[in-house]
Amino acid sequence: MTTNIPSEKLRWEHVVPAGTHWSGMIRRGTVLRFTDIEGGANCSLMLFNPEDKLERYNMPDTLKAQHTALLSRGHCLYSDMGRIFASIVEDTLGWHDSFCGVSDAAMVKARYGDSHYQQAQNAMLRNGRDSLLIELGKYGLGPRDLGPTINLFSKVVADGEGRLAHVADHSQAGSHVDLRFEMNTLLCLSTAPHPLNASTTYAAHPVRLTAYAAEPVSADDYCRNFRPENQRGFINTERYVG
Amino acid sequence: MLLESPLDPKNAVIRETCLAGEPWIKTIRKGQFFRILDLEGNQAVDTLFYSATNPEERYSATDTIVRQGALYLTVGSKLFSNEGNLMLTIVADTCGRHDTLGGACAAESNTVRYAIDKRHMHSCRDNFLGGLAHCDCHDHGAARLGLGKRDLAPNINFFMNVPVTPEGGLTFEDGISGAGKYVEMRAEMDVVCLISNCPQLNNPCNGYNPTPIQLLVWDQ
Repeated sequence: MTTNIPSEKLRWEHVVPAGTHWSGMIRRGTVLRFTDIEGGANCSLMLFNPEDKLERYNMPDTLKAQHTALLSRGHCLYSDMGRIFASIVEDTLGWHDSFCGVSDAAMVKARYGDSHYQQAQNAMLRNGRDSLLIELGKYGLGPRDLGPTINLFSKVVADGEGRLAHVADHSQAGSHVDLRFEMNTLLCLSTAPHPLNASTTYAAHPVRLTAYAAEPVSADDYCRNFRPENQRGFINTERYVG
Repeated sequence: MLLESPLDPKNAVIRETCLAGEPWIKTIRKGQFFRILDLEGNQAVDTLFYSATNPEERYSATDTIVRQGALYLTVGSKLFSNEGNLMLTIVADTCGRHDTLGGACAAESNTVRYAIDKRHMHSCRDNFLGGLAHCDCHDHGAARLGLGKRDLAPNINFFMNVPVTPEGGLTFEDGISGAGKYVEMRAEMDVVCLISNCPQLNNPCNGYNPTPIQLLVWDQ
């Protein structure tokens, strides 16, 4: 399912190049569409409440509240305070990874070799952890604040014993996922490859961000009614933002 | 994988009981062995580890999951830090599977999961914060780290059964632990252990009956 964004609702667009990082404030009532322009992208997200940065995206709370290990349409992204940063209102993929986090410097060096600005300039191979630490640092946040990410466009499946397999070619060119923000949210992201991507080359791809105005959340909203837990999550959120 | 430990509780240098709903905080030195014993069975033990010398370095669920390429913990599992360093290795386990994804229950998440008015039931994250507020009473070394809410990363749930299906489902199932089952780790660096012996009454993680655990440490 793909909603065409009417031009009067469009707020801005920005392309985050392959293997780079970005951060910004996304206001309540905004939908942010993430588009995998080329296919094969990974986009690792961290979410914070700008009013109280101790409130942040909480992976276990998000998963156990919705009895899911994957993230897709209908799911809400919960903070540790029982509130909803954003709900997934549209998704052409059906699966986004929730539990693998990001690559780090040692991992990228071991797989792809040394890469420094002096030689590679802006094509240097950035890793997910250091990329996010740079963006977090812009808001006074640091390593203690970095937790599990939402890895858009990536799929990792577990077998009966819990052994993991990264699914290559999961995301095709043009696939997208729309997050409707229910609270003002500080969003930090990296487009470095997924830590379990087995590609022998640094397989990073660009992601387009398209911000547009959300419709008001109706009583029969899909995400709100996706689970009874989400109804209570919306109540908690409305008490906070009201 | 099930494997018993050769260590005798009589020789332990620390042997303490932690009641349900209580925190436990202790420094464990490199080379020491650390056992968590489920005294009465079916008890979730929410556990975090920090470097004893660097408050920025802590157990990381995602680093541990990615490096072992698997979700559950058992004998042979290596617990990695957010800086990619090995913190502890699981060397014995008579339970067989421990959870990395369920995290800690909290007053706020209880309102979402069960009902808005469950907010005032005791929870692991309240228990962690209560323990850290009185950290110096538990362990002077741990108190020096100055840990707080930002350091409450996703924890290990020893003895908790949270199966993930190939279709991406995740549920809290009845525990697979029983009275007398234990898990034992060797510390690969000096660590501070922060435990909440889970008080959750709303799901089967404690068999709806939270019970005491025992914590044992051997010098070798």
